[in-house]
Amino acid sequence: MGRPIKGPSALGSDPRRLLQLTVVLAVMDFKLRFFGSVLGYVWQLMRPLMLFGVLYIVFTQFVKIGEGVPFYPAVLLTGVVLYQFFSEATSRSLASVVDREGLIRKIEFPRLAVPLAAMLTAYFNLILNLVAVLIFVFATGVKPRWEWFALPVFLILLGLLAAGVCMLLAALYVRFRDLKPIWEVLLQVGFYGSPILYPLEIIPSETAQRLIPMFNPLATILVQFRHSLIDPSAINSWDAVGGARYLVVPIGISAALVVLGVWVFQRRAPDLAEEL
Amino acid sequence: MDAPAVAVKGVSKAFTVPHDRQHTLKERAMRPFARATGERFEALKDISFEVEPGEFFGVVGRNGSGKSTLLKCLAGIYPVDAGEIYVRGRVSTFIELGVGFNPEMAARDNVIMNGILLGLSPREARERFESVIEFAELEEFVDLKLKNYSSGMHVRLAFSVMIQVDADVLLIDEILAVGDAAFQQKCFDIFFALRDQGKTLIFVTHDMAAVENFCHRALLLERGETVMIGEPSQGVADRYLQLNFAGVASAGAGSVERAGDGAARVTEAWMEDERGERQGSFPQGRPCTFRASVHFEQAVEDPSFAVAFVNAQHQNVFVASSATQHERTGRFEAGESASFSVTFDNALAPGRYLLSTLIAHPGAGNAIVDRWEGIVSIVVTGARPAGGTVDLAHDLRVERAGATALDSAERRRGLR
Repeated sequence: MGRPIKGPSALGSDPRRLLQLTVVLAVMDFKLRFFGSVLGYVWQLMRPLMLFGVLYIVFTQFVKIGEGVPFYPAVLLTGVVLYQFFSEATSRSLASVVDREGLIRKIEFPRLAVPLAAMLTAYFNLILNLVAVLIFVFATGVKPRWEWFALPVFLILLGLLAAGVCMLLAALYVRFRDLKPIWEVLLQVGFYGSPILYPLEIIPSETAQRLIPMFNPLATILVQFRHSLIDPSAINSWDAVGGARYLVVPIGISAALVVLGVWVFQRRAPDLAEEL
Repeated sequence: MDAPAVAVKGVSKAFTVPHDRQHTLKERAMRPFARATGERFEALKDISFEVEPGEFFGVVGRNGSGKSTLLKCLAGIYPVDAGEIYVRGRVSTFIELGVGFNPEMAARDNVIMNGILLGLSPREARERFESVIEFAELEEFVDLKLKNYSSGMHVRLAFSVMIQVDADVLLIDEILAVGDAAFQQKCFDIFFALRDQGKTLIFVTHDMAAVENFCHRALLLERGETVMIGEPSQGVADRYLQLNFAGVASAGAGSVERAGDGAARVTEAWMEDERGERQGSFPQGRPCTFRASVHFEQAVEDPSFAVAFVNAQHQNVFVASSATQHERTGRFEAGESASFSVTFDNALAPGRYLLSTLIAHPGAGNAIVDRWEGIVSIVVTGARPAGGTVDLAHDLRVERAGATALDSAERRRGLR
């Protein structure tokens, strides 16, 4: 009888095709941005660097938060780069389905490739930016350690967390177009709600010191990065939440976001072509 | 018999056309319990058909008949509400040429991207890249950005990908066949090439002439329902024309289409092909005949009979009138009937024509006895639209000065 045509879905029938499409779409997008202008990479790097520069001056010269924090510039830059990845990945994915309307309305393919590709493009940027971060970290006098090899695990966790949010936003944005300004505000809140400008220990309330890394998985990852990449004397993520078993909370939140993202997107995927 | 390449069983599809779409969270929050209201619009109702491997299957219908929706359901872009669709082999959908083409990227990237989107694996896409470029004859421009391509190169590239994707079942929307005559010709050449390769193709269009030229069978849709399935020349074309002109007639019902003093009336008019059969569509280059029956209510002396062919641009392309003949038509008594016919070799360019009849009193005033505009509508079909209003029989020669005359005479006639 042949193969039944069931209409579009998020995952498609062949997971390999989803993966290939995601990668191809992401690579093409990435290429476009980098080879579009001669200084593509420089511009890409400029955004976190400029933000870092401004924040560095403000928080070491005017408001002296950075004082007494070992390797404050390295910590700040790492935080800015990681957060900018999250911000870029989610904002791009949010609009991705609408942006790729032409594809979605005209060919059949696993729909999930669209937000995942947007997220993956941001991930490629992150990796490039991390090269710059690493050079900077070296330059500020941090010694390389074996613990660095554990960092990819946290990068993958960060990617999963972002992917979950990306899928959720991409699916909802088709229906709710005011999600964009809302999300921009939430990203601002997240920036100040994560230990980027300030180290965790500066927070006066001890409860807040524990709750932030517990309920904000981004904060958990940032804390761990500071500990593993830059300053072994800084608190690690399990101590920050008050014991390794409490890590279940941020990990659980991330996992729940991924599951929710896939579920919502899966439910919405068949009708995307009609609703656009 | 082989298993069908495409089997469609009882497919239905409805859209909800929202009255008032909630586009923001705010609107949703203000009225949390308001269900999205809307009218159900049934785009497809219980459609079933099978397409054999190697068959060219046309789906024709007027605007809004559901043909494009059907294509999207077949392609898996829309989920169906009821029914099942089965397809054997790889399917590629061409609703638009070069889906995903990005003007900022070089041809190489675009070809690979487009191929992957159409169902190739990245490896296959890279392997076929060379043959795509070769087929498109764009070897010199591989690294040129697409935005610097001429539109012709763009189309060549897109078509080339389409051929090289090597799908077993192609779903093609009529959008491909719009454009100038040269572009259409290119499309048609490619369709014939695909047909020779034994591909299965489903072609959605409102152009019956194209279906007659390419398709083995056709499905006629009207308001989401199957009107008939059959060979284009046997019934489908006629039925389609009837549907079309039913629409035309009702649309024009209010306007003055008929005038005259009523001394005589055209009771019926039609067009016949060379075999004397009534038709709605006529191949270019063949003889055909217009016929009308006239009934006289009152006696009329020397009336003139005329028929005019008006094309889609409202130009009188061809007028045949007894007034220009030397012989007089004579006196017709009340109650008498007459027939009026015009036979000609069909030199009209492909397209749609409305025929108008005119019976007039003799003399300079030409007082109208009966004028009926748009009494008959015909379609002239032809595979080679050259762009003119008429396509006269001609000899075409190109001769090189000096050397032996290179004779590329081409008889325009009888090439079909």
